[in-house]
Amino acid sequence: MAEIIQAEGKQKGGKKKAKKFSTHIDMTPMVDLMCLLITFFMLTTAFSKPKAMEITMPEKDDTEKKDAPKIEADRTINILVSGNDKIYYYFGLADPKLPVPQLISTDYSKDGIRKMLLQRNILVFKAVKELRDKVIRGDEVMADSTLTRKVKELKKTVDPKAPIILIKADEKAKYKNLVDIIDEMAICTVANYAVVDISDFEKQMINGTAVSTPAAK
Amino acid sequence: MPKIKAPVRTPHIDMTPMVDLFALLLTFFMLTTSFRPSEATVIDTPSSVSEKVSPDKDVIIILVGKDNKVFLNFDNGKDTAVLIRKEVLKKIGEQYNVTFTEKELKTFSTWASFGMPADKLKAWINTADSKDREVFQTGIPVDSADNQLNLWVRFIRIQNPRAEVAIKGDADADFKTVKHVMDILQDNKVNKFNLTTNLMKDEAKLEE
Repeated sequence: MAEIIQAEGKQKGGKKKAKKFSTHIDMTPMVDLMCLLITFFMLTTAFSKPKAMEITMPEKDDTEKKDAPKIEADRTINILVSGNDKIYYYFGLADPKLPVPQLISTDYSKDGIRKMLLQRNILVFKAVKELRDKVIRGDEVMADSTLTRKVKELKKTVDPKAPIILIKADEKAKYKNLVDIIDEMAICTVANYAVVDISDFEKQMINGTAVSTPAAK
Repeated sequence: MPKIKAPVRTPHIDMTPMVDLFALLLTFFMLTTSFRPSEATVIDTPSSVSEKVSPDKDVIIILVGKDNKVFLNFDNGKDTAVLIRKEVLKKIGEQYNVTFTEKELKTFSTWASFGMPADKLKAWINTADSKDREVFQTGIPVDSADNQLNLWVRFIRIQNPRAEVAIKGDADADFKTVKHVMDILQDNKVNKFNLTTNLMKDEAKLEE
């Protein structure tokens, strides 16, 4: 690979000239080495830092059950997550003593669960979107932490009838389904949601075997 | 007639600009690099819109693989990792009547995620070849008969009360397993989790 230095044409006459060496250094091996090193670093680098979504679970404490907060039935939406990317929802409460609520089957697409959530949560969604747009346009200037705080405030105050979502997954559900549905909450800026255990009655509802047994009076 | 000799010249390309460029790139990569820690199993995390960066110190990472095996990694920052990992392993050893030598404790403190029953830990640590080591990664027992994850989490929390919990589950892992892990965590009074995800842009649009 070394460079061949051209011998200059044979000198005529007796005068001897000092041989001129070229000052070129052969860079090829250096380039090879650097190529290797770059490839190595490119392959080992983890560029995108993993992100995380935060969820807070209701505290498990048997003593607290007595004075558990009452959930208003007309604000409640129950989302049942099942296997094969199937998802259902119903409004209100499911109680074996009451008539079985209508279970609506939907999917994770834009026109599926999101449409319903947006419809129910439109006031909060609009308020939060307005604030975010203002910040993006530069009409209002605030730090990210302030924005997060204000969004939280909006979620709490805007709509006293904002939905409360209860997410329940059965044994067939995949972890991805859970993440997707929690994600949907973030997209639709739902303020109140919780992941709770599914009841046997709700499992029956998914199977279509749920029968209400009105309590004898 | 004498032949006209074309002067023979070696084609020579000046490599200097190329070297300059490479040097720059190399410096860039060397400075920005943060090495991907090797994980006990391949985990393909689901995507979400969350932009919160996953915590990278004072953290307990529970990995749930595609086959519902549970692995654990706890890293507590450069300064404390050595101390905490050693102490936790010692405690686990006491619980399961395994004594670890100082050398074994040291080796353990430098490694990342792991998942095996406590009685296999010693063998795992003493296996030099990384390929052979993989055989041991069978998952931490989480069933109620032998709930070792519970112990791990408890001991880590005792050593480092500030530790946050991140659950890194594979998209195809069963919800049941993840829920079980969450229950174990809640038994240890951890009610706030970070679910590790990939970033994916998605926005709800209003039709007007």
